[in-house]
Amino acid sequence: MEQRRMSLRLIDNPVDRLARTIEALLVIAPAALSVEELATATEDEAERVETALGLLASRYREGRSGIVLEQVAGGYAFRAAREAAEACARLVERPVQRGLSQAALETLAIVAYLGPVSRPEVARIRGVAADSAVAGLVERGLIAEAGRGQEGGAIRYETTPLFERVFGLAGLSELPRLDDLAEDDEGLRRRLEEVAGSRGA
Amino acid sequence: MTAVAELPLDLDAFEGPFDLLLTLVLKEELELADVEIVEIVLTFLEERGEDLEVDGEFLVLVASLLELKARGLFPEEEEVPFEDLDPDDAAGELAELLAQYRRFRTAAGWLEDKLDAESDRFFRLGPAPLAPVPVRPLAPQEPESLAAALRALAAEPPAPSLRHITLTFPPVSLFLERFRAVLRRRGRFVFDKEVETLTRVEQAVAFLALLELRKAGEIAIGQAAPFEEITVWNNAA
Repeated sequence: MEQRRMSLRLIDNPVDRLARTIEALLVIAPAALSVEELATATEDEAERVETALGLLASRYREGRSGIVLEQVAGGYAFRAAREAAEACARLVERPVQRGLSQAALETLAIVAYLGPVSRPEVARIRGVAADSAVAGLVERGLIAEAGRGQEGGAIRYETTPLFERVFGLAGLSELPRLDDLAEDDEGLRRRLEEVAGSRGA
Repeated sequence: MTAVAELPLDLDAFEGPFDLLLTLVLKEELELADVEIVEIVLTFLEERGEDLEVDGEFLVLVASLLELKARGLFPEEEEVPFEDLDPDDAAGELAELLAQYRRFRTAAGWLEDKLDAESDRFFRLGPAPLAPVPVRPLAPQEPESLAAALRALAAEPPAPSLRHITLTFPPVSLFLERFRAVLRRRGRFVFDKEVETLTRVEQAVAFLALLELRKAGEIAIGQAAPFEEITVWNNAA
């Protein structure tokens, strides 16, 4: 009797009720939901939404649940637990991330770091035409048009929330700093020599 | 390999000998931007013999290709006058461009590794973006007005009037008397002229009267050909 009263009190806790509503919203949402979107939909305060999300995160986590709450693409979303990945792979295809070519990945990197950026700018950096790579990424939904630089200028592109979700990024700020990615000249020379050596052999 | 022209190439954008590639590029049938010049160089290095003449020829051709390609990458309006460019500046700019490209290529590698690391992260993608909630408040409605509308629909409609399809026929006797009077006066008449001002129904009744008179043997009827005028005369005459 005592125990029953306690569980009833838990279920009636307002934060718990809010958490259940957020749970429902996350299940029906087609994309990650930001705290602001959740606050608008629940007609509640952002701070309380964050508290409820914390509650959900402890319930929906790897090792405890088949559904995992993750912070991704500027919001929150449910995904499958990693331990279920093989079964998931037998059930569904992933056309967005499957078979991205080197050209597509380079173009994607340029748009992610420099976006909004136009096709001629991408071509200038890569040294080859970027038309088909850009068109392919738009079709996959990883990048999207973001207006023109100036009137009559070329169309510019930027990455989409889907890009962040597919690559498991909470936001673009999670990308490594571009300067940290520059190889030092010594490393580059060593690699050139390696290539030359393997060609000569 | 004896000559640069015969260097066999197998690129993404082109397959065939080097001189054909040059011809296509010069005729602008092949976009130089699609040609990876590094592949040409690597192919040459693989096929290269000991002939310095051939090496020299190749260097000149590849240098020309590189310059053509470099020009193509700059928009026309801001074309850089290559002649005026200090060789050191040019080299510096090229080095900067290459360094930039290297950074993005490394970034692409980072993305590829990240995607690999996330290959066991499955999630559902919705088919449509979130739509704004449509606000369509209905005006307050009166149940009585709905009932009134339904009552109007349920009422028996009035029987349709058939008055407009009723024809009034003048009596045949009217025309019998009239034709007899005309024949008494003139002895003969042309039927068409006699009835041309009448309505179609009256014309039909007049024709019936004509047939009646003919049947009774009072008149004779003549017509030169079908659809010609009908002439009527007194049979006694």
